[in-house]
Amino acid sequence: MESVDNTIGNIGTAAAGSQRSYVRTRKAMIRQTMTAILRVINTVCLLALVLVFALPFIWMVSTSLKTLPETMIFPPRWIPTDPVWQNYADAWNTGPFLRYFTNSIIIAGGILILQMLTIIPASYAFARYRFAGSSFLFGIVMVTLMIPAQLIFLPVYLELSAFKLLNTHLGLILPFASSAFGIFMLRQAFMQISDELIEAARLDQAAEWKIILRIMVPLVKPVLVTFALFSFIAHWNDYFWPLVMTTNETARTLPLGIAKIREVEGVATWNVLMAGNLILVTPILIVFFLSQRQIIKAFVYNGVK
Amino acid sequence: MRTWEKLRPYSMVAPAIIVFSLFFIYPIFYMIYLSLFDWNFVSPTKTFVGIQNFKDLLTDPDFRQVLTNTSIYTLLTVTLTTGLALLLALWLNRKSFFHGFVQGAIFSPHIISLVSISLLWSWLMDPEYGLLNWVIGLAGFGKLDWLSHPSTSLVSLVIVAVWKGLGYNTLVFIAGLQSIPPDIYEAASLDRSKPWTTFSKLILPMLSPSIFFLVIINMIGSFQVFETIAIMTQGGPVNSTNTLVYYIYEYGFRFFKIGYASAAGVILLVIVGILTIIYFKLLSNRVHYR
Repeated sequence: MESVDNTIGNIGTAAAGSQRSYVRTRKAMIRQTMTAILRVINTVCLLALVLVFALPFIWMVSTSLKTLPETMIFPPRWIPTDPVWQNYADAWNTGPFLRYFTNSIIIAGGILILQMLTIIPASYAFARYRFAGSSFLFGIVMVTLMIPAQLIFLPVYLELSAFKLLNTHLGLILPFASSAFGIFMLRQAFMQISDELIEAARLDQAAEWKIILRIMVPLVKPVLVTFALFSFIAHWNDYFWPLVMTTNETARTLPLGIAKIREVEGVATWNVLMAGNLILVTPILIVFFLSQRQIIKAFVYNGVK
Repeated sequence: MRTWEKLRPYSMVAPAIIVFSLFFIYPIFYMIYLSLFDWNFVSPTKTFVGIQNFKDLLTDPDFRQVLTNTSIYTLLTVTLTTGLALLLALWLNRKSFFHGFVQGAIFSPHIISLVSISLLWSWLMDPEYGLLNWVIGLAGFGKLDWLSHPSTSLVSLVIVAVWKGLGYNTLVFIAGLQSIPPDIYEAASLDRSKPWTTFSKLILPMLSPSIFFLVIINMIGSFQVFETIAIMTQGGPVNSTNTLVYYIYEYGFRFFKIGYASAAGVILLVIVGILTIIYFKLLSNRVHYR
């Protein structure tokens, strides 16, 4: 590992080597101190990097507990003299937040359930069966994978309005009832399962759907969990689609409610706005720090494969 | 029994294919169709105008401004994000608890709603009381107007995009670095190769799939930027941050010029289409390579 670090031109791991030297020459001691100093500098730089990402969040918490006049002090104060918890209540009362919250859960949850129901059989069929037209049908999946929702919102809006599905949960769920990315990802996983396993099950005269449900799906469970995290977070956070597809509060979600605080409370009430913002951010951050590895894997997977 | 076995794969892919056809494939054709008409969304009749919408678009100075804005935004965001992420990845590629913590910290903005990020940064960039002006004040600079001045507004949005995307890009690079077989480094160090040579002759070529992947993904994402603009600037001041998707949104939902907005959508479709074809070419090469 040491050679790796040195060749990349990085700093800070060579210290272990010098411990072995019984003959402490002057040179070795200088080198040791240099390594120690470099290590300290490296750690300080790392902490500075963390601050670039942590300070905005700390600032958000600090602002959310200030009075309005206190937000208008420059240079800014980090710790509010007397924390104002009322800001959170004010933010919550700007709109029907309980409804936003349930809507968010219904929509992100509904999308996830339907996606599971559609992508598992489809990806299994694409991975395991040979059938006429399969490459054409998989072509449709690939084309869908290439089309971002941001691009076709206008025709989909007209379509949903023709079906009378605007301002309904169903209208926000149906366009995402399946996921091309999910099929692509899961198909890879199904393809990697060895044929012998299925042959053995077939010899046992097991029904095909039983083989799929009892044997195949449990084998790809890690990929399913990864995809589920990705899908839920993406749709929980989504602002664009619910914004475009709703004209009243019936089906609006949490991100829209938070963005609307500004219209209700006025543009410069940053204390209330940041309090509302924390209502949206905190659950996701808690989930993230609880299952950081899994979530990073879910998002980076896209990049590695 | 026989027929059922033949039909089974079709019944398994049918639900997904129906969803894709209804909400992705058909809308594309519908949008191309609409782009040839003049229609205000309420009137029962659509007037066929041929390619007039495209002609209007390409002669509209606002649309040209929008194309320029989108291109500058994309160029800056992609170069800065990918470049900085590569440097960070080389620096942070260790497997210790502390490094894991740092990686998690820089990744965290990626899973947060763009609404939160936009609101937070609007406040950080407040010209009067914002934290950012205090920070650059510590470094001896005067206050900046950030989002509220045409000369700095687009760059401010780039800063937000880089801040959000940096962690994700870095982790993709780290995954790429870790897939390089360690004996390659050992060979390089046995040859006493200089750090820069190792980087440019060994690491960079081995990372090229990740670099291409991220450049394309970042480009596709940047061309469709919407949320930060809708929340932070509404395209202003004086059109300096108006970009393609926001332009389509305004013409469709505020001015109800459906045909005109669809034509702009078709142009975006062509741009994104070219980028994605390049991306999938690369992706299939890499699948082959693996």
